[in-house]
Amino acid sequence: MSKALLYDATMCIGCKQCEGACAQQNKLPYDDKVAAESVQSEHKYTVVLTKDDKFMRRLCMNCEHPACASVCPVGAMHKTKEGPVVYDVWKCIGCRYCMVACAFAQPKYEWHSLNPRVRKCIMCPDRVLAGKPTACAEICPTGATKFGERDDLIKEAQDRIRQNPSTYLPRIYGLNEAGGTSVFILSSMKVEEYGYPAPEKIGDTPIPEYTGRVMERIPDFIPVWTLVLGGIYWVSHRREEVAAVEETAAAQAKEKNGSAR
Amino acid sequence: MKFKLTFWRVVFIVIMGLGLYSAFIRFFYGLGAVSNMTDQFPWGLWIGFDLLCGVMLAAGGFCIVGAVYLFNVERLHSVVRPAVLTAFLGYVLFIVGLLFDLGRPWYIWHQLIYMNPHSVMFEVGICVMSYTTVLFFEFLPNVLERFNLKTPIKWIKKIYAVLVVLGILLSTLHQSSLGSLYLIMPSKLHPFWYTPALPFLFFGSAIAVGLAMTIFESTQSAKAFGRHLELPVLVELGGALLVALWVNALLRFEDYFHRGMLGQIIKPSYEAYFLWLELTLAFVIPITMLSFKKVRLSPNGLYLASICTVLGFITNRLNVSLTGFETYAGHHYLPKWTEFSVTLMIIASGFALFGLAVKHLPIFPEERHPVKQRLRTETGPVVATAVLGHAGD
Repeated sequence: MSKALLYDATMCIGCKQCEGACAQQNKLPYDDKVAAESVQSEHKYTVVLTKDDKFMRRLCMNCEHPACASVCPVGAMHKTKEGPVVYDVWKCIGCRYCMVACAFAQPKYEWHSLNPRVRKCIMCPDRVLAGKPTACAEICPTGATKFGERDDLIKEAQDRIRQNPSTYLPRIYGLNEAGGTSVFILSSMKVEEYGYPAPEKIGDTPIPEYTGRVMERIPDFIPVWTLVLGGIYWVSHRREEVAAVEETAAAQAKEKNGSAR
Repeated sequence: MKFKLTFWRVVFIVIMGLGLYSAFIRFFYGLGAVSNMTDQFPWGLWIGFDLLCGVMLAAGGFCIVGAVYLFNVERLHSVVRPAVLTAFLGYVLFIVGLLFDLGRPWYIWHQLIYMNPHSVMFEVGICVMSYTTVLFFEFLPNVLERFNLKTPIKWIKKIYAVLVVLGILLSTLHQSSLGSLYLIMPSKLHPFWYTPALPFLFFGSAIAVGLAMTIFESTQSAKAFGRHLELPVLVELGGALLVALWVNALLRFEDYFHRGMLGQIIKPSYEAYFLWLELTLAFVIPITMLSFKKVRLSPNGLYLASICTVLGFITNRLNVSLTGFETYAGHHYLPKWTEFSVTLMIIASGFALFGLAVKHLPIFPEERHPVKQRLRTETGPVVATAVLGHAGD
């Protein structure tokens, strides 16, 4: 069964322990200076943002139908059946199409490296595979970030909204966005206030479908177009051949008539 | 042969010098040091110009080969070789340009083994690789003739029909797929340029620019290499260009009409200014010019109309790839000078190689008199074109 994360912004106290645990898990530097950075970057996969004394976490949504995986020419990204969207650095050629394609702007790049990698939260695949929660969920002191079965977390999120309709906005961000994700967000404030793309902007269509509609026509297009092109070639050159044959025939006929006279 | 330092040679040397310096920065200090690309703007000038515009500018190859060999328009035969040469050089240089942009260019061959058929980028990559090979074989007879190797020419002639059909098939696929690349980002690209019709628009503009580039390079070669100008050929191409521009203009209008954008595109805004610039250069000016018979019959008129068309569609592709992302990214992107200098170096090498090829190979076989003024105007117009091309971003 596929795992997921549920982040409840109303339970978050902004302690940033998830940031530290994430850095430790991914062997990234973490000190006061990094903690003060309020943007995601190649050395900060997740960030806790503050606005009007309310907190919001940003991290890769680990989409059910990830655009990054669908656009990668060498298939360096893929969705695992456990949930995480992982990255095989040894395949990557560095085209950065994943960064352009991601609607949540999650993949970041090591711009100053000579052998640069794409960096993003990969939802701790080793831990998940071993049956453990992600590093951020494990360390969270309030349970604001909760790890579990995707279906169970959806039910729980729905229950929380039902039980406290005054606390929450009536929507689970990530349930349907871009065809659904493996990270769900509950909050009292609109997620777009914190830089997430607005739900109506993203839509519920899985992002890969936008190019898929064109790509799936190509296998039919190739033989048809080849036949058309070959046909045009044949017709236009056949006409030439016929004209040439007719010309020589006419010339021969003329010659015959001439000699007969 | 004595080497004379002319103005354009000095310009050429300066461009190459700066370009090599930027190449050094790129490969010893990384993409961050050489470019203004950021996590918000992961694709910059090298994708916007070198890839999108480069492939479009080299479209003359398949347009002319298609007209002459597929539709048997014999009258255009004299421009086949220069068009194929431009296309071949264009694709080779575009691949060189890609090596600058890729973060890990030494793994570019991964395309061939870790294939992802869902990726538009994969399709473009495979098509470009295959088409460059096709162009190599279409170009090869020039070299073989030079060394009088008749047998291999015969072989190539035998498979020429296959090369022609394959070349046009591959071009149709990747010229349109460059547009499909942007279909994945409906929430990011500005609605002026994001449309499901992108693949059609990209294919249509490739044909218009292919024709315009053939007029441009024929006139330019005539000026640079002292050849006499074949006006009837240019007039024919000019007529075709006018038709292509009308088709493109109608496609654009239809697209805006069906998406209900007509009201928005006439409202002044940052994006609208760039859109107006693009539409004026690509459609209003050249269509107006070419509608006059006097212009269609004059070498200078055709030359100017074709330059305008090329600049217009370059603006279009830079708008799709750069302007259209600025609102989403929340900041403007202006390429660093080192990005410009790499692009300029690639364009300048293209012109120099074209000059060398014309000098040493039978590209214009109908005239065999020795060519005297070689490097004179080679790099000149390039600088102008490039500078004007980027004036829009």
